[in-house]
Amino acid sequence: MTIMIDTGNYIAAKAATMARPDVVAAYPITPQTTLVEGIANYVKSGEFKGEYICVESEHSAMSACIGASATGVRTFTGTSSHGLLLMHEMLHWAALARLPIVMCNINRVVGPGWNIWTDENDSISQRDTGWLQFYCSSNQEIFDTIIQSFKLAENGKVSLPVMISYNAFILSHTSMPVDIPEQKEIDDFLPKYEPNWKLDVKNPITFGNIILPAEYEKIRKNMQSSQENAKKLVPKIAEEWKKKFGRYHGDLIEKYKCDGAEYILLSMGAIGAESKVAINNLRKDGFKIGLARVRAFRPFPKEEILKLSKQGNLIVIDRNISVGSEGAVFSEVKAALYGKSDAKVYGFIAGLGGKDVTYGNIETICKKAVNGKAKDCEWYGLEGV
Amino acid sequence: MKKYDVVTTISYPKKGAMGKTGSWRVFKPILDKEKCVKCLRCWIFCPEGTIIRNKDDTVDIDYEYCKGCGICANVCAVKAITMEREAKRK
Repeated sequence: MTIMIDTGNYIAAKAATMARPDVVAAYPITPQTTLVEGIANYVKSGEFKGEYICVESEHSAMSACIGASATGVRTFTGTSSHGLLLMHEMLHWAALARLPIVMCNINRVVGPGWNIWTDENDSISQRDTGWLQFYCSSNQEIFDTIIQSFKLAENGKVSLPVMISYNAFILSHTSMPVDIPEQKEIDDFLPKYEPNWKLDVKNPITFGNIILPAEYEKIRKNMQSSQENAKKLVPKIAEEWKKKFGRYHGDLIEKYKCDGAEYILLSMGAIGAESKVAINNLRKDGFKIGLARVRAFRPFPKEEILKLSKQGNLIVIDRNISVGSEGAVFSEVKAALYGKSDAKVYGFIAGLGGKDVTYGNIETICKKAVNGKAKDCEWYGLEGV
Repeated sequence: MKKYDVVTTISYPKKGAMGKTGSWRVFKPILDKEKCVKCLRCWIFCPEGTIIRNKDDTVDIDYEYCKGCGICANVCAVKAITMEREAKRK
């Protein structure tokens, strides 16, 4: 094992290369650019041995990945913000075709105005495409999640694409030390991809043919069952990784100091890492509070969150807004609890447009909720801060 | 033929993979065998392969799968095929 000190994007490029994909098709967009640039560097050095396709748009990037994946090979891509939105049609395609494409999405604000900083509205708006969605809070977690995601996506019980999101600049362009396992260890953990189906000239089939209503409905039901299967597989894969490499970032959620907590904070991505500092400080001040960092947004960890609600009230910080409703995680959490729990749920919207959310801000949010001063759903620090 | 254990939109080659598509028809091609000169243009141009070529190069129409697009009637050099509305015949 070696230590590599590098940015989230270069670490993701390393992980993607070590997963040995046969095809990478990508189009550069800030802040994802250095990710695909990193893979291009590995093409030059000979470390990346697959096919690297520079396409003319993100729609084409996803289309190329779909075509390649349909022939039964491992594929990877990365994008961000408007690039992800341009892919939208093909995201549905990839999931309905049950292709285990793995993609990094660097969470960036959606315009107008032209803003390259971070929030989660790009990936949250892809919620219903059928992709599994993970949110990372450190560069090490980015590396580990990419490798684990191939294993998860390619499992015959899942056969769905995976999107790994991490925050623009806060992670994508910030260097951290990361443990990099040996290639052989990765190969042992992630064997060659055995496809569930593939386009094969020796066994001709039609892909994307016309389909009648009754059969289509079964496909949707099967996708839902597969996401449920993923709920069981994520902890198993995380456990296997822990055993092999000694690192663990949680499963669908990461619990932090939840023992004896009467309030549980839920957050995602980099705010999740910042939340740990806030929890430490709040605990020192005598607040009985813990953190459940949501790693998987799809499948959503309903059962685990319901369990947590039995020990206390929940505080949710969303770095996204479903305009006309509320924060996406806030909605999901309440839906998970409906009719089954008496816990109060407080929602906060914070850090949109890439505004900093510091541990100090998170402490203020938590104190407000604990002291009974929080509204149902409110915007934190709207006037500057 | 290898069948895959997956629930998605893939189909295997077989006659009528999409069911009896003849039921989609609004106009039905009627062939006047007296007029036919066996040029086989209909057989070449039919996009669905529903013109059956016999050994002596006469043709028949497979009404189970013919969708009634009318291309055969259009390309017929001697106007041996006419399109008739399905409902009219009832």
